[in-house]
Amino acid sequence: HFVSLIKKKLTFPWFGMDIGGTLVKLVYFEPKDITAEEEQEEVDNLKSIRRYLTSNIAYGKTGHRDVHLELQDLTLCGRTGNLHFIRFPTQDLPAFLQMARNKHFSSLHTTLCATGGGAYKFESDFRTMADLQLHKLDELDCLIRGVLYIDSVMSRGLSECYYFENPTDPDHCIQKPYTLENPYPLLLVNIGSGVSILAVYSENNYKRVTGTSLGGGTFLGLCCLLTGCSTFEEALKMASDGESTRVDKLVRDIYGGDYERFGLPGWAVASSFGNMMSKEKRESVSKEDLARATLVTITNNIGSITRMCALNENIERVVFVGNFLRVNTLSMKLLAYAMDYWSKGQLKALFLQHEGYFGAVGALLELLHPS
Amino acid sequence: MAECVGVDSNTSGHSMDKSITLPPDEIFRNLENAKRFAIDIGGSLTKLAYYSTVQHKVAKVRSFDTTAKAPNDKLYEISVQEEVTARLHFIKFENAYIETCLDFIKDHLVNTETKVIKATGGGAHKFKELIEKKLGLNVDKEDEMTCLIKGCNFVLKNIPHEAFVYARHADSEFRFQTANPDIFPYLLVNIGSGVSIVKVESEDQFERIGGSSIGGGTFWGLGALLTKTKRFDELLQLASKGQHTNVDMLVKDIYGGSYGCLGLTGDLIASSFGKSATADKEFSKEDMAKSLLHMISNDIGQLACLYAKLHNLSRVYFGGFFIRGHPVTMHTITYSINFFTKGEVQALFLRHEGYLGAIGAFLKGAEEDNPNQYSWGENYAGSSGLMSVSPDMNPMQRARSGTFDMLEMDRLERQLVNLPLLQDPSSYIPDTVDLTEDALARDYWLYCFEDALDGVVKRAVASQPDIPEAVVRAEKFRQKYRHKLLTLRHQPFAYGSLTVRSLLDTREHCLNEFNFPDPYSKIKQRENDMALKHYQRTVESLDALSWEDRQFALVSGVLAGNVFDWGAKAVSDVLESDPGFGFEQCALFFVDNSGVDIILGVMPFVRELLSRGTEVVLASNSGPALNDVTNGELQILTERIAAMDPVLQAGLQEDRLTLVQSGSSSPCLDLSRLDKVLAMVVRERQTDLVIIEGMGRAIHTNYYATLSCESLKMAVIKNSWLADRLGGKLFSVVFKYEVPLGKVHHNGATLMLS
Repeated sequence: HFVSLIKKKLTFPWFGMDIGGTLVKLVYFEPKDITAEEEQEEVDNLKSIRRYLTSNIAYGKTGHRDVHLELQDLTLCGRTGNLHFIRFPTQDLPAFLQMARNKHFSSLHTTLCATGGGAYKFESDFRTMADLQLHKLDELDCLIRGVLYIDSVMSRGLSECYYFENPTDPDHCIQKPYTLENPYPLLLVNIGSGVSILAVYSENNYKRVTGTSLGGGTFLGLCCLLTGCSTFEEALKMASDGESTRVDKLVRDIYGGDYERFGLPGWAVASSFGNMMSKEKRESVSKEDLARATLVTITNNIGSITRMCALNENIERVVFVGNFLRVNTLSMKLLAYAMDYWSKGQLKALFLQHEGYFGAVGALLELLHPS
Repeated sequence: MAECVGVDSNTSGHSMDKSITLPPDEIFRNLENAKRFAIDIGGSLTKLAYYSTVQHKVAKVRSFDTTAKAPNDKLYEISVQEEVTARLHFIKFENAYIETCLDFIKDHLVNTETKVIKATGGGAHKFKELIEKKLGLNVDKEDEMTCLIKGCNFVLKNIPHEAFVYARHADSEFRFQTANPDIFPYLLVNIGSGVSIVKVESEDQFERIGGSSIGGGTFWGLGALLTKTKRFDELLQLASKGQHTNVDMLVKDIYGGSYGCLGLTGDLIASSFGKSATADKEFSKEDMAKSLLHMISNDIGQLACLYAKLHNLSRVYFGGFFIRGHPVTMHTITYSINFFTKGEVQALFLRHEGYLGAIGAFLKGAEEDNPNQYSWGENYAGSSGLMSVSPDMNPMQRARSGTFDMLEMDRLERQLVNLPLLQDPSSYIPDTVDLTEDALARDYWLYCFEDALDGVVKRAVASQPDIPEAVVRAEKFRQKYRHKLLTLRHQPFAYGSLTVRSLLDTREHCLNEFNFPDPYSKIKQRENDMALKHYQRTVESLDALSWEDRQFALVSGVLAGNVFDWGAKAVSDVLESDPGFGFEQCALFFVDNSGVDIILGVMPFVRELLSRGTEVVLASNSGPALNDVTNGELQILTERIAAMDPVLQAGLQEDRLTLVQSGSSSPCLDLSRLDKVLAMVVRERQTDLVIIEGMGRAIHTNYYATLSCESLKMAVIKNSWLADRLGGKLFSVVFKYEVPLGKVHHNGATLMLS
């Protein structure tokens, strides 16, 4: 049924969707080469969807379009246009479906390619609430496809991939572009609500090495409980104003300095939240300190699991993606530092501009070029 | 910038309560001769270690001068002598008692040579001044990790059932591991406030290969923030009542079901605390504590697996205050390890995990005594056993209970090693029935031992007729042993796998504790005297028999005193299942009882072997146990028999008959802990036949033992329950002859007839 659909001329609108545990990621291709003839044929509600999506940067209270990520003059399937990146919380999916219903999305007879767990969980809601059929796709397949595609289209001008130079020197740590030529093998660490770690040997050859439940959802969940905040942005803002060393017990707090016997520097964290065993110290820390400690704990843990996987899989390049890293330079620098320091320079941490959108891009590609 | 490494120190304290009183003389025993103190002060528990000597009464036999007239026709004289043995004491108590304990020690310490106390643990620094002031000793700090590893090696080497697998929902929660003679290499994951992962390759070689800052301190600190609950134990209590699915985002919360193509089930946690990322919902303390416990346990388990895989290690031990006997954390760690390794690696826990630091610190201080050159044995009478303080007890109660946990280890006179003839030392299990796993058998045997207690008390009193206070001591023995039996009824895992052997050994330890060194000495003496008078006649009548009849009579003799009615043909059939039987190079014979058994049963058998050209090594107990013949007694008996019997005389003179001690004082036999000299002799003589005799050695233990040479196990089953278990009847005779696979076309035979 699906194959028969795409054998026909691909009808607009072109969407790719990734419904995660916390966020829905939506990529939308806005054709800029519409002929007058097409313009005439274009039905009203398609026009209205295009206008609604491209003329706003916020949708309702919680939907956002990441304008800085927009890819312009992109050629896809012989069409030229702009690729837009939109996100909203998964909990607002009902509102999205309601809107789709109001705008008679289903009358456009398009196929909606979706990945992420929500593609399965909400499949029946799409059908009953918006009369939409989902074409469900595996999230890891989409992720890898999306990463490789975006990297290939970006390398023309701006670099999609970057790294931090001098990661162990805070004063000289600067972001630098990186060319992902001959990317294989690489370790792909996707930090969403949880974390998946993939070893990628080629576009079609990869395996999920492991994962951890300590991810972005844990950071936000714990921050909400500890500080009363309610959004990722709030939590990050607090973290940037806090000091984790008041919360964590460091090696020097126990040994007065370095633990030389095992080559552990005094500044290293011995016990995350270890100082919070003491009542006095619990009373003296700020919410900002707690947010910072949570961020550092989660980030470093992802760092050490990743490092162990890289060693076990014998891979030296690690690409970190996922929305936990969105506007989260703190975590990226921590990861860059951790990879470099504990591997004595052997491991390189790489990051991608479109950190959380690769699954959705992969879903869109599946619509246009079914594999 | 901070980075996580995890250091597993146990710092963080409670305020001291100086008003607590306790009955310390029951706890700090043998302080008069104590020296070489060591202390390990953790976040909440203090572990004290010292070396002391114990004066024991021991029964010694001495041959009368044969040239003089033997008074009363007695074969030898028995004298009770004082003997001094070395013992290690380890005591664990709440930090709140530290001052009271130090005062008590100061008041009772006689030995003034002691100048230094070795100290380790996060609290050593905090209490340094107090210790120096109270005890007048210099505190000498030792590295925590070094102590931990030293202690770990020590218990793994010296305590057979030290390590266990925890299975919460199995019939027996604790599955003890057989002691592998080669303990290295292994991974120790110590979960204190942080986590340290240490690879141990040999006695002195270990490396901290990694760690994590997410450990016990994270559970405690973050837990205290989230739930406003202060104590670690209370947090665990909360966690055990919570539902983590209310707080965690599961795979099914994202997918609606499982993520099939990756094999991730719906119940798997996708994001810890993923559901609490909201400002408008309240979460219960229990649920948050549970979620936190899962998060931390899973994370530690995952890292441990990654390190185990990277270093190709399959033995992973977990310790530290996060584990310390808490069923909740042992369960979650076990679950995590099973999940991440798909069952390839088992999480192992240690019975004396809490003592490792103290043991290690002690060993550091005792290096000049070279404690590692000896073998040590857990004294069941003086040790509290696993979970003497139940972690499930209400934490508030527990905090004030002032329960003291003890471990005592005796220095064994002989260094113990494996029997070189064990087919596979790493899979050898001495005991036939594991009462820890078999509830029916456990009930039966515990009842038996309780039932027999009156008789044992009577026998103990009767063995010291001239000492009036023996009655009082015997009564104390009764109380002690009854208490042990009661403990074992509730906590069968307290001293490792519960077995008939451990029940018997515990009884021997308790008897020794109250100075009943050898309650059977006089009975044995009388029976030996009597049997000796019949020796010559027995040998003469045996010599008169045909070979087939003689074989039967010899075997019957070994199983003497019991009624049975199987024919000579049957014995002959079994023995001749291997045409080579009777032409061995050297036979190792583990003997059993005094009296008729050894003199009229074993000795004629030995005589036959010698005359057929087979060398014989007779192995008997080093110390007394029930009416078993001891090495001391056997020396004298053999000399006497040799004086009457030219065959044995020649055997002794030509060194073809050798007497060795087994290294044991048990009615049972553990072939993995035998006297080093015995092992040496066995190797030198190229022993190719092992004979094991008696219920304790051939049925309760070693019934299923496989050896790399021929073996013969002989016993009469004098217990109807056991007979039933083994498919026979009371007074059935077990006569099991085995030839190792590949040595002969036939794999031996077993006779069980009644």
